[in-house]
Amino acid sequence: MPDERVGRRPPGRVEMPKQDPAERRRNFEEVALGLTAEQAAAEAARCLQCKDRPCVSGCPVGVPIPEFIRALREGDVAAAARLIKEKNNLPAICGRVCPQETQCEERCLWAKRGQPIAIGALERYVADWEAEAAGEGDRPGPGPEAAGERSSGGADPEPDSRHRARRETSAAAEPGLAGLAGDSPDLGAGAPAAGRGERPAVAVVGSGPAGLAAAADLARAGYRVTIFESLHAPGGVLRYGIPEFRLPKRILDREIRYVQSLGVRIETNVLVGRTVTLEELFQEGFEAVFIATGAGLPHFLGIPGEHLNGVYSANEFLTRINLMRAYLFPEYDTPIRVGRQVAVIGGGNVAMDAARTALRLGAEEVDVVYRRSRAEMPARREEIENAEEEGIQFHLLANPVEILGDEKGWVRGLVLQRMELGEPDERGRRRPVPVPGSEWTLEVETVVVAIGQGPNPLLVQSTPGLAATPQGQIIVQSGSAQTSLPGVFAGGDIVTGAATVILAMGAGKAAAAEIDRYLRAKKEASAGAG
Amino acid sequence: MYKILAKEELAPRIKKMWVEAPRVARQAKPGHFIIIRLHERGERIPLTIADMDPERGAIMMVFQEMGKTTEELGSYRVGDALADVLGPLGKIVPPRRVGTVLCVGGGVGVAPIYPRARELCQVGNRVVAVVGSRCKDLLIMQKEMEEACHEVHYCTDDGSFGHHGLVTDLLPQLIELERPAEVLAIGPVPMMRAVAQVTRQYNVPTIVSLNAMMVDGTGMCGACRVTVGGEVRFTCVDGPEFDGHQVDFAQLASRLRQFAEEERLALQRYHERKEGCQCQTNG
Repeated sequence: MPDERVGRRPPGRVEMPKQDPAERRRNFEEVALGLTAEQAAAEAARCLQCKDRPCVSGCPVGVPIPEFIRALREGDVAAAARLIKEKNNLPAICGRVCPQETQCEERCLWAKRGQPIAIGALERYVADWEAEAAGEGDRPGPGPEAAGERSSGGADPEPDSRHRARRETSAAAEPGLAGLAGDSPDLGAGAPAAGRGERPAVAVVGSGPAGLAAAADLARAGYRVTIFESLHAPGGVLRYGIPEFRLPKRILDREIRYVQSLGVRIETNVLVGRTVTLEELFQEGFEAVFIATGAGLPHFLGIPGEHLNGVYSANEFLTRINLMRAYLFPEYDTPIRVGRQVAVIGGGNVAMDAARTALRLGAEEVDVVYRRSRAEMPARREEIENAEEEGIQFHLLANPVEILGDEKGWVRGLVLQRMELGEPDERGRRRPVPVPGSEWTLEVETVVVAIGQGPNPLLVQSTPGLAATPQGQIIVQSGSAQTSLPGVFAGGDIVTGAATVILAMGAGKAAAAEIDRYLRAKKEASAGAG
Repeated sequence: MYKILAKEELAPRIKKMWVEAPRVARQAKPGHFIIIRLHERGERIPLTIADMDPERGAIMMVFQEMGKTTEELGSYRVGDALADVLGPLGKIVPPRRVGTVLCVGGGVGVAPIYPRARELCQVGNRVVAVVGSRCKDLLIMQKEMEEACHEVHYCTDDGSFGHHGLVTDLLPQLIELERPAEVLAIGPVPMMRAVAQVTRQYNVPTIVSLNAMMVDGTGMCGACRVTVGGEVRFTCVDGPEFDGHQVDFAQLASRLRQFAEEERLALQRYHERKEGCQCQTNG
């Protein structure tokens, strides 16, 4: 029975304007353009301000949605921003990449009419408004790397962006002098020394969504937090995985600067497990460690021809482009070869990202190959639609069986097999079954394998006593982030397997709260003992 | 930033650099490698750690100027700094006492062989080295190798020093004579493949160190995948050392050529720019 309140207002949801598909398929500018002030006000006005807040129960980090929308409605965007940031330290990111349609918006009363409040769009509007107000709106960030700290510097929120900018100029002018403006090397100073009465130091391993969320909350609680990142720039999958047209790097840089402004240090070029062991982090003075290393190990299909030149994992393809900026080769040194015809294997968000990126790099034809039907595709509906609008072709119920190569070792084709849906599997998805004799060949020059990622085993392998599943996921106590080692916590994709940005952030927040309780209890215990 | 503390030209286009990287120096063992990035626009490339000095917080690398990035690195001076150094990377098998070990180093591969030879010796092995290069001028680290090994044999392609020919020419004889328990080969892919072919006939276990193309170096991208014994392995986290009798060298060689065209273009462009720069300063 429909809720009677739903009848009162016209249900017209304000849809966020987007770049025209014919235009955007060839550029890296953001696809969704954001709401105007008028649009945001109109959308906020539709909110029914339900007392039981169903939307909030759909949010993994518990953003006070009706409250921030009320503030927005009252014209107080700054208050709206404060309300969001109480629970979500990365709102400009979540407003862009969260699957709201299966979370907050799905539970909105208006969803029954197919017109839920555009909560994601409003969150993004508020976050962008706040940045604009702080003078950070469209300011081109100092570059992705600038957000990270390579050395052991202090808690300066923008540690060395000036150095870097200066260096880049000098590098362009005269390569031989490129290093002269450099700052101090990594001294491996470890945990910042505790002053009298200061809160303990906590190490966070990985600067993706889980790590950033945990670090921000821990810093707010007064802990001295250092994030260790193995790449040269922070952000994890937000940096190397999600393309510019979905999450501009300047937005990511802005959010990371905010986390740094809370007092979080980020040390890049540290691969925990190799550069420093978990045990050594405790020796350096950290009293707790949060492992948020994500799901970074690419899966391959195991079919013939997968090692031919022109076959990339989605991780490699996207990392070359997003992190290394191969699309600017030869201005940037990292190459990529996209080819005219590209096949992307997989049906998730990563596959959509890779396919749409290939298109933007000049591919004439991009085919997404997925072995089940559209209904089973794990990608966000919106991203599938965006991809289709941009001209990506979908080959559904098609299973790759072999990649064909030419005499020089390059990809020339992808052999596919027709599938039909059989009985549901253990997750309720109907299992695809091959149709014998149905093989056909797609002529392609490039194949991107986007069939999922597993946990990177490196840290587990190098840490005696850290329990993990046979698949490599770190085992935590039920309903907790506590691992098999005291003082060591884990959360995000490394525990759950590949999931979403917001679930990882939720795990990071929960872990931060748990680490806080753990360190308080530890302090009380030692005070009691002393 | 990772400052260059010392630099030396070992041979034409082969350079040695000590770089300040205290965290890396503290953990580094022979066989480890690093990923470096020169500057904001740079690519990430792997280089083997040829020596380490934890006291000074420094690591040493030896590289041959082959492409744009190595040539640009070669132009860096003492006091300059690399934007990024990540390491130590790779899986290390600690040296064991096995008897006699034959170390085969080709070209710039002598540099990573050196610390391995030294530690193999320290744990009580007899270490015999075969060092090969195109010509006498390109032979590097002769003194270090002679200090680290019980015996060093030289080969040059042009006969300008030592045996006139390939390292594999000397292997059968040395294997018969020394009866090595193990062979360690580091050098160009054709050399490692040829060494593995010889030692397979004699059934001598052979370790090779692969120089696959990499991006992140942490197991994330799979660019460095190689087939070893029919299984897919990632050179960066499962290697770089593998059983030479199991490695699919043809696949490795083909994958190393993946961006040959782009590498040529980048180098050509780098040369043009450098000349352009000089014209401006001179004019």
